[in-house]
Amino acid sequence: MLLHLRRSFVMAIICMVLFGFVYAFAGTGVAQLFFKEQANGSIGRNGSALVGQNWSSPKWFHGRPDDSGPYAANPAKGIAGGDNPLVANGVSGQSGATNLGPRSLTLLADTKQLVRYWHELGVNPTPDLVTTSGSGYDPDISPEDALVQVSMVSRATGIAPIRLRDLIARETRGPQFGFLGSSYINVLQLNEALARLR
Amino acid sequence: MSFLLTLLTLVVALGFTWRYLGSYMASVFEGRVHFLRRIERPIYRLLATSPEQEQTWKRYASALVVFSAVSLLFTYAILRLQGSLPLNPQHLGSVGSALSFNTSASFVTNTNWQNYGGETTMSYFSQMGALTVQQFVTPAVGIAVAIVVVRGFSRRTSQTVGNFWVDITRCLLYILLPAAFLFGIIFVAQGAVQTLAGTVSFHDALNNVTQTMARGPIAFMEAIKQLGTNGGGFLNANSASTLENPTGLTNFLSIYLLLAIPVALTYTFGKMVGSVRHGVALLSVMAILFGVWVGFTSFAEHQNNPAVAAAGIHSTVGNTEGKEVRFGDTSTALFAVASTSTSTGSADASYDSFTPIGGLGLLTGMMIGEVSPGGTGSGLYTLLIYAILAVFIGGLMIGRTPEYLGKKIQAREVKLAGLGALVMPITVLIVTALAVSLAAGRAGPLNAGPHGFSEILYALTSQGNNNGSAFGGLTGNTSFYNIVGAIDMLLGRFAIMIPVLALGGALAEKSVVPESLGTFRTDNGMFVGLTIGVVLIIGGLTFFPAISLGPIVEQLSHTRFF
Repeated sequence: MLLHLRRSFVMAIICMVLFGFVYAFAGTGVAQLFFKEQANGSIGRNGSALVGQNWSSPKWFHGRPDDSGPYAANPAKGIAGGDNPLVANGVSGQSGATNLGPRSLTLLADTKQLVRYWHELGVNPTPDLVTTSGSGYDPDISPEDALVQVSMVSRATGIAPIRLRDLIARETRGPQFGFLGSSYINVLQLNEALARLR
Repeated sequence: MSFLLTLLTLVVALGFTWRYLGSYMASVFEGRVHFLRRIERPIYRLLATSPEQEQTWKRYASALVVFSAVSLLFTYAILRLQGSLPLNPQHLGSVGSALSFNTSASFVTNTNWQNYGGETTMSYFSQMGALTVQQFVTPAVGIAVAIVVVRGFSRRTSQTVGNFWVDITRCLLYILLPAAFLFGIIFVAQGAVQTLAGTVSFHDALNNVTQTMARGPIAFMEAIKQLGTNGGGFLNANSASTLENPTGLTNFLSIYLLLAIPVALTYTFGKMVGSVRHGVALLSVMAILFGVWVGFTSFAEHQNNPAVAAAGIHSTVGNTEGKEVRFGDTSTALFAVASTSTSTGSADASYDSFTPIGGLGLLTGMMIGEVSPGGTGSGLYTLLIYAILAVFIGGLMIGRTPEYLGKKIQAREVKLAGLGALVMPITVLIVTALAVSLAAGRAGPLNAGPHGFSEILYALTSQGNNNGSAFGGLTGNTSFYNIVGAIDMLLGRFAIMIPVLALGGALAEKSVVPESLGTFRTDNGMFVGLTIGVVLIIGGLTFFPAISLGPIVEQLSHTRFF
């Protein structure tokens, strides 16, 4: 038993050094050397393409309503939040979903509120636009989610709908290799392209 | 269409992995792989052991238990001392004692149940030095146990079953480390974060929004998290987060990685016992169960979310609540089934928001004992338990002493296999009954009605099976759930491993009975069907009453909301 204990302590230390620190440090080294931009969070001029933001003005394409009900209510009331990784799921600093079940009264009420919110903006929402994501900061929307917002953005910016549809088509990324995952648009990149159009 | 292509690619990739990784793993455990001998040999010297020093199953089991206890102690100590340790750019304080106990039990049992939010609780030191370490060590331990059972069949009249230290060292160095490192690089290249720098803030002038983003050494933890069927992510959102799982490719690779070793181990088994056909039979059991579960779960997730539909939004893209746009509904369901049918438990969506039948698919994937294909090592040894029970039942039907691979399956083996099969359901049902009887347990769920019960049942099933996935609405960071969960996880790991090691030892002692015309065949379709039947009957009979109170009631509650 004593021999087991001694070996266990030695092995635990070897593992900590080798599979904890050497592995993670070597990995970080390779990552920082060859994939610096990705490894540091894909951060551009206006934020990271990895985390969604709360786009409240009708001049911009909106992302998914992470933070659900409050997302709809907050912009009007001037409360910051929504799509911010530091308040995702309503917990400061933590990513995560709402975790509301499929027969949840709260989910039903939240969804109704979101539908009203979109109708006030003159948008007929798609399912993505009234449901929250798994991460609490999904940075992407589907092409359909962008297309239903065209009239809203067009009214607010004066850009012709046809040009916005072109923009959406250009910014759409298909499933990887044609079949892995779904078609999506990064909302930040779409809005950056929209800013250049003005 | 693209989902079918995804499935096809997965099947082809796993087919190659089954053949080549399976055969490679057999070479590793038979001591024919040496390319890292400059690291391997010094480890044996430090441990004062060598491949020639074989252990009896009892020595093997006691080494495993002592090593796991020491690992638990190390993990616990690091979490408790976190506040005074380096690599802590967020200056996070030490983790509380109940949560540290639950977390260390969770990572030492390959469960990776997380009652904490990673980015707000764990320093980089804890993530690397405590949690990632266990993500390497525990799959190695699991695989070692499976290899002992395999040796039980391949050895004849042998008192020894191998050397625990040698087996885990070889598994760590030659299987887990190179593969994890390679896939870590791919994850970073795809956009997963890997840095030692702390959080970053930025201002978007277009939108006038200021954001702060959590970062850390994420990508390489991600690779071993999936490969070792661990599932514990760096961030609270786990694989749903773009920081861990940025693209459709990384999502696919995650699914592939968590299935790779459990699937390939059936080839390793076949090769080491000298009958690949037997490996194919076990693989068929896994594949048929997995296929059925993927079928109905992805079908369920392609339906409308009842609450969203009731709010007047009808979907053609399935249940989008809690899912990420870049993955889509069916790939998310595939990930979820793969994660719950192995003992991984990582999540690229909110499983709590799955449709009732989708959630049922995940829950029952765990309840059938995680054999489709199960965790690294645990999948194979649990399925071998069921195979032995199937052989026993088959033997009863034809009135002969049952044999499996020429080894007589007698009272002792059947008792050990029965014990191994019953520990999990008994533990899970008792702790679930406890949780719903006590106020402390009933305080946990976020959702009301049958879904609240599902959250409790899911949590304790997940921990009892060492899965670690969650219906995330449950508030688990309470003394009650931390302690009950830890006990659930420890029993689910060690109370199964020890009988399994004893089984391996008992089988290794036996000589081989020559095959005759009357031998009950264990490598054909009949046996595959019988084994599937045993798996479904044991899982179904024990858990049907419980699931009928949760997801089934929920599915049947048309137009009602809670």
